[in-house]
Formats: sequence, C-alpha cells, structure tokens
Amino acid sequence: MAIPVAASEPAAIDWEVSEHQIGLWQDAWTRFRRNRLALVGLAIVVFLVVVALISPLLVRLHILADPIYQQLVSIETGPGVNGHVMGTDILGRDTLSRLMIGSQVSLTVGLLVQGIIFPIGLAIGLASGYFGGRIDNLLMRFTDIWYAFPDLLFVLVVVSVWRVQGPWYIQLIPIFGAIALVNWVGLARLVRGQVLSIKEKEYIEAARSSGSSPLKLILKHLLPNSLGPIIVTLTFGIPNAIFLEAVLSFLGVGIQPPQPTWGQMVADGTEAIYANPSGVVFPALAIGFTLLAFSFIGDGLRDALDPRMKR
Amino acid sequence: MAVIAGRPNRGALLPRRLAAVTDSRVGSLAVYVIRRVLWMIPIVFFVIVITFVLMHSAQGSPWDKAGGRQLSQVVVDNLNKKYGLDKPVFFQFLLYIWNVLHFDFGLSYQYQGKSVVQLIAEGWPYTATIGTLAFALIVPLGIGLGVLAALRQNTRVDYATMGFATFAASFPNFVIGSLMIVLFSVLMYHWTQGAFFLPAGGWGVDSHLIMPAITLALLPIAYTARLTRASTLETLRQDYIRTAWAKGLTERLVVIRHVLKNSLIPVVTTLGPTFAFLITGSVIVETVFSIPGIGRAFVVAVTSRDYPMILGTTVLFSVVIAVANLVVDILYVFIDPRVRLT
Amino acid sequence: MAQRLLEVKDLHTQFFTSRGVVRAVDGVTFHVDAGETLGVVGESGCGKTMTALSILRLIPDPGRITSGQILFRGRDVVTMTDDEVREFRGNDVAMIFQDPMTSLNPVTRVGTQIEEAMTAHGRFTDAIARPRVIELLKRVRVPAAESRIKDYPHQFSGGMRQRAMIAMGLSNEPAMLIADEPTTALDVTVQAQIIQLMKQLNRELGTAMMLITHNMALVASLCQRIVVMYAGRIVEEGPVEQIFKSPQHPYTWSLLRSVPRVDEARKDRLVSIKGLPPDLSHPPPGCKFHPRCPFVIDKCKVDPEPELQDVAQNQIARCWVLMRNVKEEDIEAAKQSALSRDAAAKLKAPTAELGGNPRG
Repeated sequence: MAIPVAASEPAAIDWEVSEHQIGLWQDAWTRFRRNRLALVGLAIVVFLVVVALISPLLVRLHILADPIYQQLVSIETGPGVNGHVMGTDILGRDTLSRLMIGSQVSLTVGLLVQGIIFPIGLAIGLASGYFGGRIDNLLMRFTDIWYAFPDLLFVLVVVSVWRVQGPWYIQLIPIFGAIALVNWVGLARLVRGQVLSIKEKEYIEAARSSGSSPLKLILKHLLPNSLGPIIVTLTFGIPNAIFLEAVLSFLGVGIQPPQPTWGQMVADGTEAIYANPSGVVFPALAIGFTLLAFSFIGDGLRDALDPRMKR
Repeated sequence: MAVIAGRPNRGALLPRRLAAVTDSRVGSLAVYVIRRVLWMIPIVFFVIVITFVLMHSAQGSPWDKAGGRQLSQVVVDNLNKKYGLDKPVFFQFLLYIWNVLHFDFGLSYQYQGKSVVQLIAEGWPYTATIGTLAFALIVPLGIGLGVLAALRQNTRVDYATMGFATFAASFPNFVIGSLMIVLFSVLMYHWTQGAFFLPAGGWGVDSHLIMPAITLALLPIAYTARLTRASTLETLRQDYIRTAWAKGLTERLVVIRHVLKNSLIPVVTTLGPTFAFLITGSVIVETVFSIPGIGRAFVVAVTSRDYPMILGTTVLFSVVIAVANLVVDILYVFIDPRVRLT
Repeated sequence: MAQRLLEVKDLHTQFFTSRGVVRAVDGVTFHVDAGETLGVVGESGCGKTMTALSILRLIPDPGRITSGQILFRGRDVVTMTDDEVREFRGNDVAMIFQDPMTSLNPVTRVGTQIEEAMTAHGRFTDAIARPRVIELLKRVRVPAAESRIKDYPHQFSGGMRQRAMIAMGLSNEPAMLIADEPTTALDVTVQAQIIQLMKQLNRELGTAMMLITHNMALVASLCQRIVVMYAGRIVEEGPVEQIFKSPQHPYTWSLLRSVPRVDEARKDRLVSIKGLPPDLSHPPPGCKFHPRCPFVIDKCKVDPEPELQDVAQNQIARCWVLMRNVKEEDIEAAKQSALSRDAAAKLKAPTAELGGNPRG
C-alpha cells in the first residue's frame, strides 16, 4: 500500500463553496429583470410617462383631438364612432385624448409627491432616531396620533378648505401638501428604525475609534443599508398618491375642469352611464392598470432588494 | 394568581392588596385597558383640534355659495350670530368642546334646522348595514383564501387567488364600483332584456346591498388574503409544525391547532386598520352607489363647507376607529399568551 | 437472527433543487436492535438528520426518498400509506428535536401538547390522558407538574422544555426514540442533567434510541454502538469502546481528536478538521473526504471510496488507507500541521472561536 502522506496545505482544487462578491445593485437589477410582472409594470409606467410628455405636443399638432373645448358633432358616443377611438364625453370631447392628457396629472402627483415625502420623512426619522430619548418619544407619540386619523378623511378635509385658483399645476399644491402630510409617517418610522439599529452597532465602534462625529457615521452607514427599503417604501407610495388624487377628482374636490383628470372622467362617465358605459370603463381601467403597474414594480423592487434572498 | 419569579416587583409602590391584583394577568389586563382608553382621549382631542383649525383657516365663510345668489350682509351677520361665528375662534373652540361633552354637535349649516346628531343618526343605519355586510365577507373570504393559497403553495390555486388579490388590491373602490355598475346594471340589463340586473343605487330591496358591500369588501379581502398567506407560509416553516407531524397528528389537527392558531395572530392585528378602511371606504362607496349614509353625508358636508357636520362626522369616525383598534388590541392579548402587559 | 427492531437498507433520500440534485442520504444501511442506543455522529450537513427524518417520512419538499427500505419490525415504512405512517409516527417511533423553544407550539399549553400526542392514536381517552401527562412530567423530573401543564412553553426554562419534549416523545411508549441533538441548544450544566435523565429512562423503559449528535462525549456516555456519517454515507460503524480506542476511518479519527478526552494524556492538544463539509450537489471526485483528509493518498483523489469492509470484530469502515496502516510519524505530522494551522487561524481572527460547539 502506498505510504500515506500527511497533507500539507489545501489541495489544488478547493472544494469549499467560493462566493463571488456581486455588487448589491447589479444583483438586484438581475433579480428584478427576472420578475416578469415587474418588467411589465415598468413598461407600462415608461409608456405612460412618454404619453404624458408628448400628448400636449400631439394636441398642438392636431394629431390628437382637442381635449378641452367642446364639440357638438358627437356627444356621448361609444368607441369607434366618428373616428373617436374611445368615444366622446358629454361635451363631445374625444375620450382618448382626454385620457392621454389626464395622465399628466396622475403621474405628476404620484411621482412628485414622493419628492416632498422623502425629505420630511427622512428628517423626522433621523431626528427621532439620532436624538432618542424625549424627542424620540414625543415624535413617536405624535406619529401614533397621526395614524389615528384616516388618511382619506384628512386629505378631503384639507383639500376642501384649501383651494387655490389657477392652472392645474398650481391647483395641485394643496393636494400635494395634503397627500404628503398623510404619507410621511411610514417613511419616518422606517428611517428611525434603521438609524436606531445603526446607532447600536456604530456607537460602539465610534467610541473606540473616536474621531468623526457619530452623525457622520450614521449617515455614512444609513445610505447603503437602508436605501433599499426606502426606495421600496417610496415606490409603494406612488400608487397611493395617484389613488388619493383620483378619489379627490372623482368626488369633485380635486383639480377642477377644464383640465381632464381620470377621476373626474370616471365621475362624469357615471352620470351618463346608461347611454355610454365606455365613458366610465376607459378611465377606470386606466387608473386601475396604472396602479397595478406601480404595484408590480414595487413588489419587484422589494424582492430584488431583499437581503434575505440568496442567489 | 401565579407570580412569575424574577419579574420586577411593581407592587413596591402600591399597597399590598392592590399590588396582588395588578400583578395577576387579569389585573394587568384591566390596567392595560384603562390606560388605552385614557389614551384615546388625547387622540380624539387632537383630531378635533386639527379639524377645527383647518375649518376656520379656510378662506371665505360657509355662506359663500359658489354660483348661487350672494346673501346680503345683514343676513350673513344674523347667521353668524346665530351660529356663534362672530365670537373669537378660541372661544368658539371651547364652546364646541363643551358641547361635544354633552353630545351636542351643533346644527348643520347645510340643512337648516337639523342637528348634526340627527343627520348622523339618519345616515347611520345605511352605513352600518353595508359595513357589517362587508366585514362578514372579509373575515371568511380573506382568511379562507389566504390559508388555501398557503396550503397549496405554488399550485394553480395559489397563483389564481394571489393574482385575484393583486388585482383587487390595485383597483380603487370607485373604479371597481363603477365597473361593477357597468357590468351588472347596464350591460346585464341589455343582455338579459331587463330580466336580471343589479340596481345601481338607492335603497330598499336586498339586492341594493350586494354591489356596495362587495365593492367595499374587495380590497380588505385581498389584503387579508395576502397577509394570511404570508403568515401561514411562515408558520408552516416552523419547527413546531414538524413536531406536530412527528407526533402523528391528523392534517386537520395540525392545520387548525398548530398552523392557524399561530398564523392568524398577525391577521387579527390588521382587523383594526381594516375597520378604519371600511369607514373611509364607505365615503367612496356611498357616493358611487348613491346610498344616503354617513359617508356620503361627509362628502356633501365637505363640498358645502358645513363645518359642524364635518367636525361631527370626523369626530365620530375617529372615535369609532380608536375603539375598534382598542378592541383588537385587547383581543390580541387573549390570543397570544406570550404578550406581556407591561 | 431474530427480526431487528429497525433495519435501514440502502436508503437514498434526495433533494431536487434548482441548483441540482442533492444526495442528502446516499445509500445508508444500518440497524437498531430493541433496547439498544445507537449513536449517529457527523458534522452538520452530513445527512444524519435527514436519515432520521426519512425514518419518519418527514422529509420536506423538495426532498424525496428515492430508493431503499426502512423496515420497522419487518414492515417497510417507505411503502406505507399516509394513514399507516400517521399511526406509526409518535407511536412506534417518536422523535425529539434539537431546539425545544422552537419545537413547541408557543400558543398552546404544554399539557395540551403532550396530551394530544397520546389521544392522536386512540390509545388513550381524554380521561386517562390528562392525569397521565402529569405523571409523565414527573417522570422526567419537571417540578410542580400539576401546575406546569397549564403553562406555555415560554414560561419553561430551556432544560424543562427539553424534558417536556422527552415526555411527549415517550408518552405513547414507543419502541424507539430518535433524539436529534437533544442537548445542543442547552447550557452545559443542563446538558448533564438531560443526559442523566436519558440514561435513567433508558434503564427504566428499555426504549431503543437513535441518538444523533456531533458531541462525542454524549456518545461515550449513552451509546453502545456508533455509526459515523460523512456526506450522506456511513464511513464507519462499530461498538463504542472499540471505535473510541481505535478508529479506522480518518474522519472518525479527526472527530475524536477534536473532542477533549479525560483518558488521554494532557499534552495532546485539540485540533480542528480543516476545510468545510462538501457541497452535496457538487461533491468532489474520488473519496468525498479526501480534500480534508490528513492521510490522503493519490488513489483517494481518483477512485470513489470503497465499500464498507470489516476492519475488526463487529467494526466496519470504508477507506483506502485505514488508520491501522498509517505510520506513527505521519500521525504526529498530521497533528502538528493541524496545530500550526489552528495557531495561524487564531492570529488572523482573534475573536473567532476554535472548533467551537455549534449552538442552535
């Protein structure tokens, strides 16, 4: 029998599982790409953004019918009549073009409101987590009370009180404010949680290494760790904001005519529902699928950025 | 009254007898409930303050009817005096609080002569009926679908139920309501020559309740189903389920006593927010289906700046939601024996 | 030969994952006789738990028993119907698990959980089962048993929970108890108590036991025979004293090296086994242990390990080399290089534990 040799160092072939360090974002993007629903959602959103951007141009170029001024030629017609692909509303305006212009409002509200929520939520969450103690307590009690107020009711009340005249993007301001006021709590709590957990880890090191202030350390570590959940929270806030705006328009307290909004179109369509049901169906589906698209993206992002998932 | 060794002696500050009571689980529960009820007061107060401030910061007075005849100044002054609007705001606020404590929410501006309480009482039965019906749909359907999907994970049943849930969750109330009206009132009427359809609104016959209740219940069902499924899947992975199987228990016992008893705990905590949703949802659903409930009254009040009505209904809603949350929290203590009532 | 209590014959259990087929149990054959205690040892991931779960047909998705026989008193468990398996579980063979905190339902009273084990098989009525629970808890030395049955698991201490699990396992007087790492999740002092208890119960009840552990001290204390597993296969088997005195497989030898032993001279330091257990979906060629073996020869890298062969009275092992063929100086050399490897590792990671006792 051959003489056994005491093995010196690891054999040529290393059978331990080697782990490649894949950048978090690349990894996330790969995972996101695999999620077909999320991709569909993304496609829909991109399409909507394009529509929102170019539809005013198309109207000016007379490719799209005018969405604002009434025509008397065909009123409350169904799809396909008189060259109107989706029919007309009670003032004879082309539904398709109103739908496309209406996307402006929905997308603006959905996307931009997050831009307001982000700094507010971030600031309060940071303050609460960093200072801790009485301030944290106070802020958390404050958010508890805030939670008690159902968001739709609050938005309705605020918007009813605070009305501004002017073009639609000015009218949006109180709506922005109301929606942001209701939705910042979730982000603040998330940020606070992250800050607290970082504080626990980092303060120990900071105490040992002295030097840069704990605040800098927290900020330095906050971003990479919590950017994922923050993005997911903000993404889920988008459909919520679009929904609130649509409800406001539907109830008549949102953006006032003549600017078309989807919620408004559903309300108008409901009045003539027996004559022309498609007047309700098209804007309703538009709202529904837009929200669905953002939800898919949100789900996809959440799965893609979830640190618990392995390759 | 077992006192668990090692727990901090809260009784040190209380007289002996009282300490014995508060240290027992029953006693702790009572303390907990009292504390939560007391906590409701600042919440409701805060709601009143905010709403009040908002109301009075609005431009224009409630007597500005857009598009209507402008009332003469004399009439406006008289009205202001009648409703106490000429007094300083702070005074109005105190007066209001005083009245609230006597269950007097004032008179509606919109409907001359009717008190807010009256209006609420009129709308209440409609809202309550639809809400209860919706709740009766949500609990069995939401939980049932979720459990089914979890037990048959990754099969067609699972995908179907979760797909349905995603759709239902993404389409807002008024969208679903409107589409339902189109489908079941308009189109069905056409297709069956008027023989079979669901009424689009109003009240009276039972069939009037079907669509509003379903519309209201759809989103909570979807949400509950998703949560139940996730929770049940999580529970199924636990070691104690494996122990239960290893003991030779039947599937029925394992699912009911071991899986559901654990997985439904987080679902119960969402019943509070679900209740809140039923309330805010009623606002929309009642408008879509023209139901004369409190929700629709609220919308009307908002658009016509009927301050007392707005305040009254907001207070009512907040109290109801706070009570619902309290009930859920208490229920939770009974469901999960690990919860400590400190 | 009288019918054996449990005979496992060429058992194969595999997991069909997206990354490939994992051969968790790769042709395992062993037996347990009535009343004896068999130790099953190996590192985490070597297939010992999966073997046990296979016996009770508790393999989770995506795993499956693909071939082999599990004969309990002559009946093949693998081919039993679902109802038969249900009757079998907890009744003929019971199993207790590693972490009693997570293995007990947190929202159900302990008394109820023990009781349902008994009533599930229709052998005890409710009236009899209830007082029997108290009796069982007393038997496993749980103090104040009468009031304890109304408690929830989180109100028990770790040691008491494990006792309750043992009571639960023994409640139907099974012919065999499978214990998967019963003491690993417990404090050291409590471990000793549980070991005592198990010894006592084994004397009193005569229940056969299959003790799964990586703790050699436990094996020495409780078992008559021992089976050593690696990468889903048995690599050595034999009576406890013999194995401990002269292990023939290098893996067994290494395992024994890494455990403190009272009977050895103080100067022998503890050494760890280099490397990690193999990825069972992509195992190394040749003998699966060869990358970590201190006595590897060329043949080991190429040819798969041999069949189990008799190496002594009642002892079998599968190795091309076998410890009895290894020169003394090579053994010393192996010990030395392991020591220096450990020392180097210690310098690199000052806070890392050496060959620690994995918990939980």
